[in-house]
Order: sequence, then structure tokens, then C-alpha cells
Amino acid sequence: MDAGKDAAKDAAQAKPEATKDGAEAAHRPAPNAPQFTRDEDLHAYREMLLIRRFEEKAGQLYGMGLIGGFCHLYIGQEAVVIGMQMASVEGDQVITGYRDHGHMLATGMESRGVMAELTGRRGGYSRGKGGSMHMFSREKQFFGGHGIVGAQVALGTGLAFADAYRENGKVSLTYMGDGAANQGQVYESFNMAALWKLPVVYVIENNRYAMGTSVARASAQTDFSKRGLSFGIPGEQVDGMDVRTVREAATRAIEHARSGQGPYILEMQTYRYRGHSMSDPAKYRSKDEVSKMRDEHDPIEMVRKRLIELHGVDESELKATDAKVREIVNDAAEFATNDPEPDPSELWTDILLEASA
Amino acid sequence: MATDILMPALSPTMEEGKLAKWLKKEGDTVKSGDVLAEIETDKATMEVEAIDEGVLAKILIAEGTEGVAVNTPIAIIAGEGEDVAAAAASGGKGKPNGAAQGGQPAPTPDMQAEGLAEKPAPAAKTGDDAQRAPAAPATITNKAKEPVMEEFPAGTEMVTMTVREALRDAMAEEMRRDGDVFIMGEEVAEYQGAYKVTQNLLQEFGARRVVDTPITEHGFAGIGVGAALSGLKPIVEFMTFNFAMQAIDHIINSAAKTLYMSGGQLGCPIVFRGPNGAAARVGAQHSHDYAAWYSNVPGLKVIAPYTASDAKGLLKAAIRDPNPVIFLENEILYGQSFPVPKLDDFVLPIGKARVHRQGSDVTIVSFAIGMTYALKAAQALAEQGIEAEVIDLRTIRPMDTDTVVESVKKTGRCITVEEGFPQSGIGAEIVARLMVDAFDYLDAPVIRITGKDVPMPYAANLEKLALPSVAEVVEAAKSVCYK
Repeated sequence: MDAGKDAAKDAAQAKPEATKDGAEAAHRPAPNAPQFTRDEDLHAYREMLLIRRFEEKAGQLYGMGLIGGFCHLYIGQEAVVIGMQMASVEGDQVITGYRDHGHMLATGMESRGVMAELTGRRGGYSRGKGGSMHMFSREKQFFGGHGIVGAQVALGTGLAFADAYRENGKVSLTYMGDGAANQGQVYESFNMAALWKLPVVYVIENNRYAMGTSVARASAQTDFSKRGLSFGIPGEQVDGMDVRTVREAATRAIEHARSGQGPYILEMQTYRYRGHSMSDPAKYRSKDEVSKMRDEHDPIEMVRKRLIELHGVDESELKATDAKVREIVNDAAEFATNDPEPDPSELWTDILLEASA
Repeated sequence: MATDILMPALSPTMEEGKLAKWLKKEGDTVKSGDVLAEIETDKATMEVEAIDEGVLAKILIAEGTEGVAVNTPIAIIAGEGEDVAAAAASGGKGKPNGAAQGGQPAPTPDMQAEGLAEKPAPAAKTGDDAQRAPAAPATITNKAKEPVMEEFPAGTEMVTMTVREALRDAMAEEMRRDGDVFIMGEEVAEYQGAYKVTQNLLQEFGARRVVDTPITEHGFAGIGVGAALSGLKPIVEFMTFNFAMQAIDHIINSAAKTLYMSGGQLGCPIVFRGPNGAAARVGAQHSHDYAAWYSNVPGLKVIAPYTASDAKGLLKAAIRDPNPVIFLENEILYGQSFPVPKLDDFVLPIGKARVHRQGSDVTIVSFAIGMTYALKAAQALAEQGIEAEVIDLRTIRPMDTDTVVESVKKTGRCITVEEGFPQSGIGAEIVARLMVDAFDYLDAPVIRITGKDVPMPYAANLEKLALPSVAEVVEAAKSVCYK
């Protein structure tokens, strides 16, 4: 039997599981989502839309060859980071993996600087030296942007260690995907976070596929909220497509961490519409699965609908918001396209800091 | 026949200890398993048990005696039916090994340093070797080696201390100076350090700043890096750098690269420290010298001191440095004593080599425990009329090429000494730099003396062969001098 046949057979065997684990079967919206005020829904709408439009533009620039290397888009998962941010306070830290543009925008980093980093220009957050996966903002307490799957979990736990050390009342929001949740260091971190009661909320963004491998094919325990059980870390599964349920759970989790009770796990059940990265042929899931999620559970459409039907917001007001967001994104793209590349001398800077006397 | 009880070794690198207490007195009958005495070192306390039956005929070393060398007879046991008085009179020449603890007597660094090629020493000999002499002198003090380049005011009072004490003092001083400095690692707090380097830090600074971790290097190294990115100044102790392989992703990918990847926004002021390289008879997984590995990575500084003075001054500098620093210590050097300047705040510059011994005929470049071979070789060479200049790199990255080149301009000859592997090693780096920076000054090819290109064997004779020897250094030096 040749290798090609083997691979085909594997794929055939894998398919039913992938379908079983697919969005259609698994996504259950929370029955009684808490209501948002008009202002809260407007805020969530605008913030999520900014990420959506930004990512669409990034995909476009990638296609034009202006963005190189890897580019992992957050489209579909916007409610997770926006709901989390709505429950956090200034000074709380955020750290995540490589699907990170949404987190940057959500923490208030400028679209221009993020987009210019994607295009590798001097106006980028890392002056063009980091790229899509490596941007940081000390000012916004955003600590990256990490390309090694799972590494951010130990680092985020370290941010919480520093918060506890300083007794500053801040909380570390440490994000990971369903793939990273299987890494060994995640459990080393859970252990120490629980042992030392560190103020950290672990947000597992379960978008159902670690690159091309469905959760069911990679995880013995597919309920990620239970992953901290043996360390006594409470956890819950959250409808990550609904920004309201996200914020409600986040409020609970952050309060738990901030009050000195230690870590908390939130499994956000979410979905990415685009491929793992730009070069993903997406053979591991059906087009129907994707379009069903988009049509029935889109986080932005849900808010838009609420704004019109529940809060009586005029369609024209939303269109104005849409236009404003588009303007920000177009401006960012314009800037990122025309900003010069870093000066060649930048090759040799930022390797070491000068020791101060 | 009478049996000598010998001072046992508590660890593979123990050289001497204190006979803390006798639990049996002369004339007592002892049987196998009885606790005869308690001994202690600066690292640990342990009971000496009898493994033979008989009568404790004579105590040779009084309780409270410090600095008793491993293998020194401490008592005599008269066998069954033997005349106790006669046995006592045998004066410590009876059959040794009447007691057992901590396995075989250990080779000591002094043995390596003493005889030209004698490392590791007598571990594999049988217990019937009645003429075996005590292994090591009671103290190991490197008195004669005054640093050539003074880095403190002339006339500064010097105090003798071990490398272990110097490291501890460096951390304690920096922790007093800066509340953001803390130490984390396995057994650093309540156990007082696996090698007692963190002794008394918990007592002075408390559990908030002296943090015992579970045995999860990958996780706690990441937590340390995260804390450093947030602005604290962690000292992460690895019980040995062999275990840092579990954590190397965070050292390289998270600590070393983030400053660059963030366009200069996020520094990572962290020190990773612990013993590196071979101790004695601990096998391949506990004997690796990682100097060359970390030396390869931009964004790191790498320090590997030899003397207690350098250990102190450079560790203080490392803790203050705003970058990730790999601080490679050596288990065998921990117990060695050197003069250390008595100054309130003795900090040395990172990235400066030191001419440890001046000479005009050949340059020997080394670092860390490699210096023991280099210095002994220099002494032997001097007796043969060859004056070697010995350079201690002290910092591996950034490497002080200038000091090496200046020396080679004078001598025209160079050899390198390290315990690490030959391929892509520190010696290879020095050779490459000399090719570019001192090609016209070289009168002979540079020779590298390194550990052999094999995983470290356990057997005493094989381990000795795997490590560099003073004889190899002497031979190489003579060969580049065409003598």
C-alpha cells in the first residue's frame, strides 16, 4: 500500500469525527443571555466591527503581497476578546498566542501601528522587527503576540506572579487556543497558579480546530473547562459567539482572580471563519459548517440585530459607525502601505539594553 | 582484624566536612546499622552508620573537628574476639571502610588540580587498599593566584570565601538593594538550596522573595520570564543547567528575543543561574557543559566565572543587567576558596576577560573550571622554562576578543581549554576570531583542548579520559612552542 493511499484512508477515517465535532452539532447558544444596555451593545458592535474589518483588510493586503510570512486572522472570534475587555479594568494584562491582532485592537493599540507591523514598516509597533505574531505595548499592558504554541501560558502566569508580588490588584488575562491547551507547560502553569493563588484568568478560545486537527482528534478531554479540575481551578464553558455571555462569565472569573482566590478557566466556544493561516486549504471542515456558523451565530450580526430590534437604533446610525470603522481601517492600510521599511541600521538595534550605571 | 572507619563523602563533590558529633563512645559495642556519628558539610548533615560488628576501639577524630578530609580514618573498630587495646594502637592503619555513607569516596577538585593528570581519583579502588592515604588536604585555598589586573583599589582588605558563599552574598546584597529582585527555583527556600547556594536567603527575605517551585522547569522558567517582562528582576535557579533543557524554549524564544521582536519595548531583566558542566561521576545527563549553546544566541549574556571574586562581582552585575543573563556555575568550584575584596558594593563589568597569569611564550585561554587545568599546566610549563599567559574569559558572551588578541600579539601562540565538546565549542569560536584578528601574529596553529566528543561516561577511568587533563594542556602548549 503506498503512502498516498494511507493518507487518503486516514482522511476518510478522520472525516466523520470532524463532522461530529463540527460547529453544527456542538454550538449551543446560552439560553438566557444577560442583556446589554444600548450603549454597551453599541460599544461591543463598534469594537468587534473594527476587528472584523481590520482582519478583512489584512487578508486583502496579504493577498496583494504587502504582508508576508504568517498571518492568522481572528474573524469569527471577535466576541471573545471584546467581552473579556468589557469586564477588565485598566492595568490588567493581556497576553495571547499568534492569532493576536484582535487582542491588540481590543486593548486599545492603534490600527496604524498594528497594520504597519504586519507590512513590516518602521511605524509598526515593533518597528517592523516582530511581524504578525510579535507585537507588544507596555502602555496598553499587552504582552504579545507569541509564536510558540503554549509559551504564553507560562508567561501570562508570570505576569500574574508579578501582580501578586506587587499586590497591585491587577489580573492577567492569559489566552490560548484549544491546541495550546494540550501543551505540557499549560499544566505546569495551572499547578503553580493554583498553588500560589495567582490572579490569572485562562481564556481557552476553543475554535474547534488546532490548525487542521479537530478537538475530538487531539483531545482526550474535550471539555476544556475541566482542564483545571485536578488543580482545583474552577472553570466554565461559555458561548463565545455571544459577547454578553462572554462578559458575564469574564466578570465572574476576573472577580474571582482579583479577590485572591486564584486562577479561573473560561472555555470560550467560538469559531474561526477563515483558515488557520492564509495558506490553509481548509479541507478538514465543510463549507456548510462555516456558512451555518456565519449565518446563525455571527457575533457581530447578533449585536446589530439587537441594536435595531431591541434598542431601536436607526439603521443609518449603524451605517455611520460602519463607515467610521472602514475609515480607520483604510487609513491604517494606507499608512502601512506607504510607511517606509525600517532603516537598515535597525538590524543592529534592540538586541540588548544598555546597562544603566 | 581492626577496621578503620573513614570520613565518608556525602556527595560526589564533597571534599571535607565537620565531624559534628559522636553517638558512640570508645568501648561501646556496635553492630551493623548503628549510628556512630553525625557529620556535616556546608551542604548537608548525615549519619555515619556501622556496617561491621565489633567494639569501637578508638576515636581518631574528636567531635567538633572541622575540615576533616574525605577518607580520613575517624575511628577504629576491633573485630569480634580481637584485642581492643591492640586494635586501638594500630593507629588508623587498619582495613578501611568499616562504615558506609553516601557511596564511594569522591574525587576532589584538588586531586584534579594537584597531580598533573590525576582526575578523578581513587573511587574505583577496592576497600582492601590498606595503604590508601587520606584523599585531600583539609582546605583548598587558592592563595598564590593574585589577579594580575586589579579591579579594586590597591590595599583593599581581602577575605577568603568559597564560590558558594560569594554567590550567596551577591544575591543577598542585590536583594537588599532592590525589592524587585527575587529568587525562584527548586529547593531554593526551605531546603536552603540543593547545593546550599541560597543558604539563609529565606530567613532574611521571606517566602515572598525566595520561592520554592515544583519540579517543572519549563513552567517556572516561563513564569520567571513573564515576571521579568512585567518589570521584576527574577533570579531563576536551575538545580543544574542540564534541567534547563526543559526550559530552553523560554530562555531562547521568550527571554532572549522579546526585546528585539518588540522593537525595544520589552526588556527581560532576568538571571538564569545554576551549576553547569561535569561534577564527578554523575553520568551523561548531568554532566553537559552548555556554555557553547547559550553563547550562540543573540539577546543573551553568558557568564562563567572561575574565582569567588569574579562569581560575586559578576553575579551582582548580572542581577543589575537589564538583559537576560545566563550565569554558569560549577559544582566542583562551589567549595573552593579564593580571596574576595571586602567592599560594600563590589561589581565587575560583564564582557571583560582577565589575565590571570602573565607570561610571554604561549597564551592559554579558558574559563570556569577549565581554569584549573590551565593554571596547573602553566605551573608545570614554568618548571620547564615556558611562561604561559593564562586568560580567564569570565564572560562568554559578549566575548572579550581584544584581551585575547593583545596576548597573542605578544606570545604568537595560543591554546584553548574547556570541558565542553569540541565541535562548535568556545575554543572553536576563539580560533575563528584569531584567524581574522591575529592571523599575522600566530606562529603556530591554535590548538583546542576540550572534553572528548562523547557523552560523559560514568566509569571513573572513562570519565577521566573524557575530560581534559593538565597533561594534555601541557603537551599542547609545548607543541605550539615547538618544544
